[in-house]
Amino acid sequence: MSAALNLFLNQLLNGLTIGMVYALIALGYTMVYGVIGLINFAHGEVFMVGAYLALTAIWLAASFFPGIPFGLTLLFLILFSMAGASILGALIEKIAYRPLRRSPKLTALITSIGVSFFLQNAVMLIYGSKEQSIPDIVPMTRLKIGAISVSLIQILIFSVSIGLMFFLTWFVKNTKTGKAMRAVSENPEAAQLVGISPNRIIAATFILGSALAAVGGSLFALNYGSINFHDGYLAGLKAFTAAVFGGIGSIPGAMVGGILLGVFEGLGAGYISSEWKDVFAFLLLGAVLLFKPSGIMGNNVSEKV
Amino acid sequence: MPLLEVRSISKRFGGVRALDGMSLSVDEGEIVGLIGPNGAGKTSFFNVITGILPADEGEIFFQGGQQSLRGLSSDKILKKGLARTFQNLRIFKNMTLLENIAVGMYSRTQSSLWSAFFRTRRFHVEEKKVFKRGMGLLDLMGLANQGNEIAANLSYGNQKRLEIARALATEPKLLLLDEPVAGMNPSEKEEISNLIRKIQKRGIAVLLIEHDMKVVMPLSNRVVVMDDGKKIAEGPPEEIRKNPRVIQAYLGEA
Repeated sequence: MSAALNLFLNQLLNGLTIGMVYALIALGYTMVYGVIGLINFAHGEVFMVGAYLALTAIWLAASFFPGIPFGLTLLFLILFSMAGASILGALIEKIAYRPLRRSPKLTALITSIGVSFFLQNAVMLIYGSKEQSIPDIVPMTRLKIGAISVSLIQILIFSVSIGLMFFLTWFVKNTKTGKAMRAVSENPEAAQLVGISPNRIIAATFILGSALAAVGGSLFALNYGSINFHDGYLAGLKAFTAAVFGGIGSIPGAMVGGILLGVFEGLGAGYISSEWKDVFAFLLLGAVLLFKPSGIMGNNVSEKV
Repeated sequence: MPLLEVRSISKRFGGVRALDGMSLSVDEGEIVGLIGPNGAGKTSFFNVITGILPADEGEIFFQGGQQSLRGLSSDKILKKGLARTFQNLRIFKNMTLLENIAVGMYSRTQSSLWSAFFRTRRFHVEEKKVFKRGMGLLDLMGLANQGNEIAANLSYGNQKRLEIARALATEPKLLLLDEPVAGMNPSEKEEISNLIRKIQKRGIAVLLIEHDMKVVMPLSNRVVVMDDGKKIAEGPPEEIRKNPRVIQAYLGEA
C-alpha cells in the first residue's frame, strides 16, 4: 500500500468522523430554520453544553457506580446529555424566542447571539474557564482495516450518527409530530388552520434539534478528550456552514452538507495544512453563498436573514 | 339555534373599514352562499371567523356556545369544528395526498409521540384508521388512486379537491369554502357542486364564497350579500336575484 493512498484514506476517515458531528449539529440549525425561519446561533452552545453534560454524567457514573462497564457509562452519558440539552432547548425557545415570534426576524437573530453569549458565560462560571479533560472511558483499541486504522470511538461516532440520521428521517416521514413539522415548515398558517398548534411543534423541533446536538457534543468530547466553554462557537459556525452548504431547511441537505464539509476539511488539513482547516470551511461557506445560495439540496428561496 | 352566529364584526385596516358591523348566521346542515362585489370583505370575513385576523369589534358564537370564538387561535377554532379552504390554495405541496389528509386528521387523533416511538398497538390501530379514512376521503374526491402522489404534481382542479378533502379530514361541523370553483371549467364546476351537496348530506353545513352565480344560486339554501363590509341583503336565491340593492351593488348606480 502506498503512503499516498494511506494518507488519503486516513484523512478521509478523520474527515468523515468530524463530518458526522457537524451533521448532527447542522440538523438542529436546519430544522429550526425550516419551522420558524430563524438561524438559531445559540445552537452551537447547546452542542457545547451537551459535551459538558456528558462530562458531568461521567463524573456521576464514576462516583455513584464505580466500576460499571464502559458501555453502560456511555449509554448513560448520552441519554443524560440528550435529556439535559432537550430541556435547555425547550427553555431557550420558551424564554428567548417565543416572546419574539411576531417581531422582525432580525430581533430574534440578535437574541440568539445573546443567548449564545449567555450560555458560554454560564458554563464558564459553572465549570471554570480552563479546558476540562474528559476521562478515557472508551478503550483506546484501534482496528486495522487494510491500511487504515479505526479507533473504537470513531466506530461509535459512525454508528450512533448514522443510526440517528436514519431515525430522524423515519421520524419526520412517519410520525404525527414529524408530519406536523413538515406541514409547519411548508406553510405555518395553513398548518395552524388544520389544527396544528405551532407552539407545540416549534417546541418539539427545538427539543429534537438540541438532543441531536447533545449527542454530537458527547461524541466530540469523547473523541477529542477535552472540552472548553468556547468550543461551541466554532463547531456551531461550521455546522451552520454545513447546513447552508446542504441547503438550509433541508434535512438530508444538513446530513450531506455536514459530512462533505468534514471530508473537505480533513483532506485540506492532510494535504495542505491542518492550521488552515477552518479557512477551508469558511471558504466553502463563502463560495456557497456566492455561487449557490440555496445549497446543494435546498429549495430556491430568496430570503434575508 | 344557529350553528354559527356572527354578531356585528368590524375590522379596520388603517383608515379602511374592511368589515363594518357584519352579521351572519348559518344553521345546522345548511348551505349558505356569501356573495358580493370584489373588495366587499368576504375573504376578510372568513379570515376573522377562522382566527387569522383579529376582529376589532363583534362576537362569534358556535354551536350555541356561550363563549365567543373571537380571540382564539386558528388551531383552537378548528378543533371546535370550523374548517376552511382558501381562494389561493394552501395545500402542503411537498407532501403526498395521504399525508396532507393525515395532517388534517391528526387534530382529532389521540395517540402521543410516545406511542409512535414504541409502536404501541394504539398507534397501529390509529394509523390504520387514518389510512382508511384518508382513502375514503380521496375516494369521495375522485382521487383514490393518487394517494401516494406528491401534491405538487396534481392538476389545479385536483389540488382544490385535495384542499377540501383535507378540511373534511378535520371533521368539521361547518366548512367555509372560499371560491371553490374559481378557475375551473363548467364540467369541473358541476362536479364540485355535486361534491358540496354530498358534503351537506353528511350533515356538514357549508358557508360558500363564490362569484359564479350559476354555481352559487342552485346550491345555496340561503344567500347573503355583502358590500362595503356589511350585509346588504339576505334571503332565498330567487329573491336575491331580483333584489334591487343587490343589482345596484353589482352594476353600480343607474
